[in-house]
Amino acid sequence: MFFNKTAEQKEAAKKMKEIVKSNKAIIKKFEDEKKRKNVPASEYQTAMKNPDNILEIDNLHTYFYTDMGVVRSVNGVNIEIPQGKTVALVGESGCGKSVTSMSVMKLIMGPSGQITNGAIRYNRASGPIDIVKTPISEMQHIRGNEISMIFQEPMTSLNPVFRIGAQIEEAIMLHRPDVPKSDLKAQTIKMLELVGIARAEGVYASFPHELSGGMRQRVMIAMSLCCNPKMIIADEPTTALDVTIQAQVLELLRDLKDKIDASILLITHDLGVVAEMADYVVVMYAGRVAEQGTAHEVFLNPKHPYTIGLIKSKPVVNQLVERLYSIPGAVPNPVNLPNHCYFKDRCDKCIAACNGAIPELKTLEGGHKVACHLYTQGGH
Amino acid sequence: MAEATAKKEINLEKVVTPGQLVRKRFMRNKLAIVGVFILLGMFLFSFVGPFFSPYGEYTLFYISADGVEFSSDDLKGFDPSGAGVTIGNRQSPSSTHWLGTDKDGRDVFTRLMYGGRISLTIGIVVVFFQIVLGVTLGGIAGYFGGKIDNLIMRLVDVIYCLPTLPIMLIISSLLIAYKIPQDQKIYWLTLVMGLMGWASVARLVRAQILTLREREFMVATEATGIHPARRIIKHLIPNVMPQLIVVATMGMGSVILTEAAYSYLGIGVPFPYASWGNMVNVVSDPIIMRSYVFMWLPPGLCILITVLGFNFVGDGLRDAFDPKMKR
Amino acid sequence: MSEVILKVDNLKKHFPIKGGLLQKVVGHVKAVDGVSFEVKKGSTFGLVGESGCGKTTAGRTLLRLHENDGGSVIFDGKDIFALNQKELRDIRPEIQLIFQDPYSSLSPKMPVGEIIGEAVREHKLVPEKELRNYVMQIMRECGLQDHHIDRYPHEFSGGQRQRICIARAIALKPKVVVCDEPVSALDVSIQAQVINLLMDLQRDRGISYVFISHDLSVVEHISDEVGVMYLGNLVEKAPREEIFKNPMHPYTKALFSAIPTPDPTVKMNRIVLEGDIPSPAKPPAGCKFHTRCQSCMEICKVTRPEYKDYGNEHFVACHLYNKQ
Repeated sequence: MFFNKTAEQKEAAKKMKEIVKSNKAIIKKFEDEKKRKNVPASEYQTAMKNPDNILEIDNLHTYFYTDMGVVRSVNGVNIEIPQGKTVALVGESGCGKSVTSMSVMKLIMGPSGQITNGAIRYNRASGPIDIVKTPISEMQHIRGNEISMIFQEPMTSLNPVFRIGAQIEEAIMLHRPDVPKSDLKAQTIKMLELVGIARAEGVYASFPHELSGGMRQRVMIAMSLCCNPKMIIADEPTTALDVTIQAQVLELLRDLKDKIDASILLITHDLGVVAEMADYVVVMYAGRVAEQGTAHEVFLNPKHPYTIGLIKSKPVVNQLVERLYSIPGAVPNPVNLPNHCYFKDRCDKCIAACNGAIPELKTLEGGHKVACHLYTQGGH
Repeated sequence: MAEATAKKEINLEKVVTPGQLVRKRFMRNKLAIVGVFILLGMFLFSFVGPFFSPYGEYTLFYISADGVEFSSDDLKGFDPSGAGVTIGNRQSPSSTHWLGTDKDGRDVFTRLMYGGRISLTIGIVVVFFQIVLGVTLGGIAGYFGGKIDNLIMRLVDVIYCLPTLPIMLIISSLLIAYKIPQDQKIYWLTLVMGLMGWASVARLVRAQILTLREREFMVATEATGIHPARRIIKHLIPNVMPQLIVVATMGMGSVILTEAAYSYLGIGVPFPYASWGNMVNVVSDPIIMRSYVFMWLPPGLCILITVLGFNFVGDGLRDAFDPKMKR
Repeated sequence: MSEVILKVDNLKKHFPIKGGLLQKVVGHVKAVDGVSFEVKKGSTFGLVGESGCGKTTAGRTLLRLHENDGGSVIFDGKDIFALNQKELRDIRPEIQLIFQDPYSSLSPKMPVGEIIGEAVREHKLVPEKELRNYVMQIMRECGLQDHHIDRYPHEFSGGQRQRICIARAIALKPKVVVCDEPVSALDVSIQAQVINLLMDLQRDRGISYVFISHDLSVVEHISDEVGVMYLGNLVEKAPREEIFKNPMHPYTKALFSAIPTPDPTVKMNRIVLEGDIPSPAKPPAGCKFHTRCQSCMEICKVTRPEYKDYGNEHFVACHLYNKQ
């Protein structure tokens, strides 16, 4: 294996070298930009397009410069999250939904991962800012404080050697220095009760491993709420849970949304969860938005062939079909994305225009947006 | 950039094998490459070097009454026991003796090369021995479990409890008591070091196999009714290989160090055979330590550099194999 | 009625819990605690339950990947647990397993052709000369291409890997395949492909499936008969139409109502179960479900309900229906 290289492998090795070289130069540029100290606030201040929005993601590009080539994880995404609403980001694995959320938190793993273009406008109390340009030191005030995250696997996000109470208290201490020390425990218990934990005192004194998955997820939610966030990013919050527990957690999240008046960016692959939770739905495919609109619009009147296929391919209880609809083929390789519509090769409604440029998002009636040539060419 | 990747049809993801990825990650690690060059240099120096040396390992040097130097290999008509002949020991570095001569009048530079031979050979043989024993016993323990596992692991515990140094001292005196010839001492040394060192390899292999055994592809081989022998050889061992290679590389460094320590204490490689350890031994003489640095510093440096080399390479390999650092 | 190919009778699997200084057995996790069902030739039995209910253990025990602690599994007239190691290895090809995680179920250092063909060669199902052609034929049947035969698993996507797993099982010409959450780790659009493939193979080859999943909608789609497990027991078992139209056990009802529907207009009257699944090491006395049951009665806390047929082959273990 070490000496008998085929021509193909030689070619690959050569290409890999080229990629590594070009990546190095690009990454250096971005990293240098990041390392700058004392960035003046004026540089990242911006104005919201619509002041009712809490977050506006505008033409976001997040690339990963790997040795295998540039992975275009997020490739021009526009999302608006209105104040107090739930926006669901749906898509299959590798479609860039998690990378989008990580970009919002500026948690993209460098040096290979970089936000290369676009803006993420966040409507801060002290004036709107562009997260892409905001320095990390400033982001630390926002992360977990104004925007908090709920992860998929609560066990790995809790420290196994500390008691639940201590961990929540620490979070409160960190983000709300105004809370006096003597009030910490009372506040913690209050948070635990808020997320529907009946024996709050008992849980306060337990270790993470003593709790079940559903309980842990509740604790995580309590932790993310303890600083009164303006926005919550929930990354597959119920995927690791059982259906009966998932039902509990979804109920809780819906409940909480009314109580705390925060916006939620919900990331999931489960269309059922989306239908229950979301006001607006964004369907992503291969790093781009395929379709977006209100939950009603997207589920009852899906436009993009991918959305239609996705909804049809999931069996529904008490609705028997002889054979499931399945979208043929697989997601294109994010390194070698085609020059035409990314869904073209799997689409059964292809028209001539699909061989042309990549379709842009087009607004239909009712704010429903879709990126498909079926709707851009000559009306219908 | 976009056009460039799209134009070439080769899909890197499909062509590049995991082996290539490992190699590339390794190549990128500068310290590991330094380590490779150190080891290459040391091997060349120790195994090829002696062919270019004009002197032998045990050649003694004398100086005649009229100042002419001659050796036990090439008497030049002098008689070593003749009148006025002195032993040419503790000479300073010169063009004939690059690192001078030692306290018995042997060429230090030549002995450095022969010492490397012994040290490296012992390292390789002992590690090979440890790996064979460790993989066999650890593999059996991990695969079959139950009572066999218990027995082997208790044996491992016992080995861990044995104090290596006193045992070496005892064996050394036993060898003297039974009048074992000096030149056979090296074999005993390797044997004992191998027997004392396999335990950690066995533990590692067992732990690896225990986790692998629960992996679904191993359950699949059981469900498809594949014979246990084939399951071990074709499915388990290849998956333990990366860790084994790392352990073996790191192990060589530590074996060389141990051998050096034993030789320094006089229970390892005996005189007149050269080993880096017993060459450093002369440092116990305060006069030599203070005034004849060239006699003990070079072998010490050789040990240091070689062990560093092995550790650099081992670290590099571990990082290269580690799937967490993927891409 | 077609003939029964697999009969599981009161199967039990208890894992010992060791504790204390001397590693004495201090208790048992009753992972599978008396499960009985039958699988008919060419049909699918769906086993549903939440994590920790013992469905995976049940699947593996009926393949005798674990030794049982009671009960029997009769496969094609032979008692699996009465066979010796040699006989067991010989019967293995006929009853196969497909796993949940297509990433860990393929040996990373072997080419696909070897993964699929290895056991075929071992059991001499096909002459050595024809092996490669046979493997290619199976691969085509499973939607893979001929040139994939020399590639390594890391080159494939999750869906393709699952196809390789299926090919490995199918190549041995099995009569029964136990599918342990075969689509749970896959994306929705790929799930449908794999489910369709499994159903096509069943139609063409007359294979029986034991389909283990937590996803009720998938189970409903693929199964002919469905069993619901809770803490090591089957609480309800019935033909598909029967159980989905008329779920009887309170747990089944709650489970069915907990599935989110991809339709924002449907307002759910959800039964949200309180609390968590109790630890299988210390199951509650009486009916194991009584701690979370909304129709719990006094008798439920004391006596374990009988598992009885209430007509239409609808088996339920619940006191609610056992009053008279």
